[in-house]
Amino acid sequence: MDVSLIIVAVVVTALVFDFTNGFHDTANAMATSIATGAFRPKTAVAVAACLNLTGAFLSVQVAKTISGGLVDETLINPVVIFAGLIGAIMWNLITWYLGLPSSSSHALFGGLIGATWVAGGIGAIDFNAVLNKIVLPAVLSPVVAALIAMTVTYLAFRVTARAEAGTVSRGFQLGQRVSASMVALAHGTNDAQKTMGVITLTLITGGMLAPGSPPPSWVVLAAGSAIALGTYMGGWRIIRTLGRRLSDIHPVQGFSAETTSAAVILASTHMGLPLSTTQVCTGSILGAGAGRRLAGVHWGMAGRIALSWSFTLPSAAVVGAAASWLAATGAGGVIVVGVTGVAVASGIYAASRRNAVTAANVNDLPRPESYDLAADVAA
Amino acid sequence: MTIDWATLAAIAVVAAAAALTVVLLVALALVGWSARSAGPDGGRTSGTHTAVGAVAAVLCVLAAGLVVSYGLYLIIA
Repeated sequence: MDVSLIIVAVVVTALVFDFTNGFHDTANAMATSIATGAFRPKTAVAVAACLNLTGAFLSVQVAKTISGGLVDETLINPVVIFAGLIGAIMWNLITWYLGLPSSSSHALFGGLIGATWVAGGIGAIDFNAVLNKIVLPAVLSPVVAALIAMTVTYLAFRVTARAEAGTVSRGFQLGQRVSASMVALAHGTNDAQKTMGVITLTLITGGMLAPGSPPPSWVVLAAGSAIALGTYMGGWRIIRTLGRRLSDIHPVQGFSAETTSAAVILASTHMGLPLSTTQVCTGSILGAGAGRRLAGVHWGMAGRIALSWSFTLPSAAVVGAAASWLAATGAGGVIVVGVTGVAVASGIYAASRRNAVTAANVNDLPRPESYDLAADVAA
Repeated sequence: MTIDWATLAAIAVVAAAAALTVVLLVALALVGWSARSAGPDGGRTSGTHTAVGAVAAVLCVLAAGLVVSYGLYLIIA
C-alpha cells in the first residue's frame, strides 16, 4: 500500500479523534459550572476551548508511547494506528449520542489493543498492563474522587451553614470559574499531547521525521485547534447528563467537585500514574451530589455510566480489530474502513438531530418519572 | 501482578488534602465575608465584626490562591 496514503489517513483520523475527544470531554470541566449558572453555556465552552488550545501549547512533553505499554509497540504501524483510531472514534460517538461520559483515552487504548491483536496475535497484548493501567484505575479513581468530593462537600455545607446564603452562592460560583478553568487547562495539556504523539510517531514510522523528533509546529497547531474546536462545539448531551441528570448540583457542590477533580488529576499526573479525566470528574460530581444528600444522586444514571465504562475497552477493541483486519488488505480496505466510519458517524449525527441537545436546552430538567408522553401528545 | 498501591494511596492522600484545603479556605472566606451583610436572623453586625470578617476572608482567599497557583505551576512545568 502507498505509505503516504495511509499516513494521510492516520493524520486526518487522529485529528477527527482529537475533535471528538474535545466535545466528548467538555463536560468534565464545564458541566457543573453550566448547571449552577457560574458560566453561561456558550461562555463555558468558549473558555474551555481557549484553555484547551492554551494547554496544547504549554507542554512539550509529547507521549513517547501511544499505547502506554499495553501492547507490543514493535507491531504498531500506521495501519494499526488508523484502525485503533477508528474504534475509538466510533465508541466516542456512540457514548456521546447516549449522553454517557466515557474515557476517550480508554477508547483509544481499546481500539489499539483490538487492532494490534489482529496484527500480532494475542501474545502482543500485555494483559497485566491492561489490568494495572486501565481496569484497576477505572475502578478506583472514581471511587476515590467520589469519597473526597463527598467529604469536602459535606464539610463546606457545614462550615457555611450559618453564613448569608446569597454571598455563599455567589462566592462559590466565582470559585467555580477558577476551578473549572483549571480542569480545562489540565485537560488541554494532557489530551492534545496524546494526539500530537500519535501523529508524530506515525510520521516517524513513515520515515517523514527522524526518530526522536519533537512534533512539528503544524502538528501542535493542528492538534490544539482540533481539540479546541471540538470543545467549543460542546458535547451538550454529556454536559446535560453530568450537570443535571447525575445529581442536583448547587454552587457549593460544583466548586467542591471541580476542585476535587483538579486535585486528583494534578496529583496523579505529577506522581506518574495519570488517570482518566472523565472518570475522575464523574466520580467527583457523584460524590458532591452525595455530600449534600445521598438521595439526591440519581443512582440509575450512575449505574448506566459505570456500565458504559465496563464496555469501553472491549467495544473499541472489537471495532479496532475489525477495522485493522479490513485495512490490512490494502488501499481498498483503508478506503472501505474510512467510508464506513464516515457513514456510521453521519448516521449517529442524523439520529442525534431528532432529539437535539443544544446550549439553549442543556439545563432543562429531565422529565419526571411519572411523565406521560401519550397524554402530553394528546393534549 | 504488581499493583502500585503506594502511589495510589499517595495520590488519594495528596488530592484529599489539597481539595479539602482549598474548599475549606474558600468556605471560611465566604463565612467571613458574610459578616459584612446582615446575619441569618436579619440583625445588623458590628463594625469590628465586619472588619475582622473581611480581613479573614481576604487572608483565606490569598491562601487558597497560593494553592491554586501551585496547581497552575504543576500544569505548566
